[in-house]
Order: sequence, then C-alpha cells, then structure tokens
Amino acid sequence: MLDLFTQLADWLAYNLIGLSPDTRLGTAIHFFIEDTTKILFLLVVMIYVIALARASLNLERVRAYIQQKHRLKGYFFGSGFGAITPFCSCSSIPLFLGFTSAGIPLGITMAFLFTSPIINEVAVIMLWSLLGWKFTVAYIVIGMAVGIIGGMILDLVKGERWLKDFAAKAYQKAAVEADNHENDIEVPEAPKLTMAERHQFAKDELKEIVGRIWKWVLIGVGLGAALHGFVPDGWFAENLGSGQWWSVPAAVFAGLPLYSNATGVIPVMESLIMKGLPVGTTLAFCMSTVAASFPEFIMLKQVMTFRLLAIIFVILLANFMVVGWVINAIGPWLFAGF
Amino acid sequence: MKHFEVLGTGCKKCVNTAESIERVARELGQSVEVVKVTEPAKIMEYQVMSTPAVAVDGKVVHSGSIPEHDKIVSWLEA
Repeated sequence: MLDLFTQLADWLAYNLIGLSPDTRLGTAIHFFIEDTTKILFLLVVMIYVIALARASLNLERVRAYIQQKHRLKGYFFGSGFGAITPFCSCSSIPLFLGFTSAGIPLGITMAFLFTSPIINEVAVIMLWSLLGWKFTVAYIVIGMAVGIIGGMILDLVKGERWLKDFAAKAYQKAAVEADNHENDIEVPEAPKLTMAERHQFAKDELKEIVGRIWKWVLIGVGLGAALHGFVPDGWFAENLGSGQWWSVPAAVFAGLPLYSNATGVIPVMESLIMKGLPVGTTLAFCMSTVAASFPEFIMLKQVMTFRLLAIIFVILLANFMVVGWVINAIGPWLFAGF
Repeated sequence: MKHFEVLGTGCKKCVNTAESIERVARELGQSVEVVKVTEPAKIMEYQVMSTPAVAVDGKVVHSGSIPEHDKIVSWLEA
C-alpha cells in the first residue's frame, strides 16, 4: 500500500515538476515528497488509533502501578511507561516530583525520563516505515536499555544524595512511610470512557501532536533528502571510516549540541545509514541528539544539584557510546539483509 | 473575588491557560485574580503531575491541558 507514495512522488517530481531522476536535485526532491507524504499520512492514522487505545492511561495510574513493583521490575516498568505514556517535556519537573514524593526511587523515575524522549509512537511509526521492523525492534530494545541501565547506575551511586533539599526531603519522608506501608495506594480504576469521549481525546491528541511535530518532519526529511541527493553513496565509509572505535564517540559529541526530537532525527538516520554510516554509529548520534538535550538539563536543574546533573550526563554519554560500539560489533549479524 | 492559580513550570500552554481564564472572566464581567505558580516545590505541594493545572481558591480542579471554555465558565459561576 505504501507504494502509493512512491508513485505519487514519481508523478509529482518527474512528471509535474519535470525533474530528472538522474539528477541530484531530482532524487532529493523525490525523496522529500515520498517521505513527507508517507510519514504524515501514517502519523495521522496511527496517532489517532493509538490515542483511542490509551485514552484511559494517566500519570496517576502509571505512578501507582510502578510504586507497587519490586525494585528490579520497577526499572523495567519505569522505562516501559516512559515509552508509552503521552507526556510533554514541559511536565518533566512536576512528574519527577510526583514520582519522588511518592517514594519511587530516583533511578526508576529517571528510567522513565530517559526513555520518554527516545521512544514514542511517532518515533516508532517513522522508524517502521523508513527502516523496517528489525531496526524498529532494535531501537526500542536499545532505548529501553539506555533508560533501565542509566537508572540502575544512578541508584547504585546513590544519586538521591544530590537532589535539591526540598526534593530530597519529600523522598525521604515517602521512603519512611513506604517502610511502614503507610502510602500503599491502590492503582486507581481506569476511568470508564464512552467511545465518544475516546474519540474526543484521540482527536485532541492528534491535533496537538501533529501541530507540534509537522515542522520537525519537514526539517528532518529535508535534511535527509539533502543528504540522500547530494552526498555520494559510500562517502561516510570512505571519509569517516567504517566503524573505527573513535567514530562512535565522535558521533555522540556531534549529536550533543544538536537539539531535536526523535521525529526530526529519524529521516536523517535513514539517509546516514543508506550512505554507509555504520548502524551503531548512527544510533549513537541519534540518541545523543534526542535524549541528551540542554533545555531538558536546564529544567532538571530546578530539582537537582549540579553534581547530580553532571553524573547523569556522563552516564548517558557512556551509555550511548556502549550502544554504538555494541551495535557496530553485532550489526552485520543483526541486520543481515537489511 | 475568585483566586486562580495556574500551576506549571512556564511552558506556553501555561501562559495560554492563564490568558483564557482572564478572557473568559472578562466575557462574564467578573473580576478574578490569576497567579502563575512556577516554583516546583509549590507545584509538588498541590500533588500535580501534569501541567498546566488550575487551582481555584487553593483546590486543584484541572490538570494536564489548557481547560476548555465551558469548564472555565463553570469554575467562575460556581
């Protein structure tokens, strides 16, 4: 069915505009039309459908659910809910404090916050349509691993010592209560929603998300198209080396000052991989762009001391590098025929 | 006079929320006091996790989105 968008792009770029498929501009424009129409179509359909399904999931229920879990499972669920819970980065701080004051360990809360920008329905839809299911599954596993392992390390070094005072006090109070089972809360019942209410929620979500991300899709695909049309095949392999160890940290540091969400960076990933940049290096670049952003860190400064922020920063960078190296090592086997 | 607090760490939606409340109050010819609460510690005291949230006279009545027109009217007329 998705061939339709290739045909549309063929017709628009080659017949209507009259570009030649043999020119750089022609391939770039074709790529841009095909990807933007395909992605926007899929996004509209899938965001609506997914929103229908998760209309009754709210943060209060998620928090109660995570709170009941045994610690080890907590990291997994924290990261998993970070992936599926609709949540705007401007709510990071209230969410962080809501979790912390309920006695949820710092590492589990951070597993949620680490994974949240990396995995969301928009990222998954785009990856699936551009890079296929194998890559999508690998991306989800890696995104969750970054969150879970990052969270665990944070608890191992007892990161909660370096919370700002008011947050640390709220956490200690909740931890004492938890030992006495004073704050064991039942998971609130899912609100019973009629189909009309679900439809309304899904419609609002659709408007909100598409309104927020359409520019990113255009920018991301535009960059991807430029790379696709104007960078010769195999350029990365020739110029940046095909997977030397230093190319991974280089990619992580290159991604740092760039601040984009997953929507903007995925079309760029597609082009980078097609031009021969190793998959692990590409992923390291992508994660660093998406998950380690300065605006986010500045926000967290309200609840964390500088020391804790620095530790989190180092943990994230180290994680991205490990991801890059591991995937570069096993990539040829993992993506055979990709 | 009703006392509204808009809870949120300062994103665009919080500003919009405060403006909508002021606008609706003007439409109804009511005078209200709208204060934006941005300190994390205070938002935590209200136990709000999704912002923007709205508290009327110290009680949270809404959270997670810009409230609809009718909802604001119901707070003002309550």
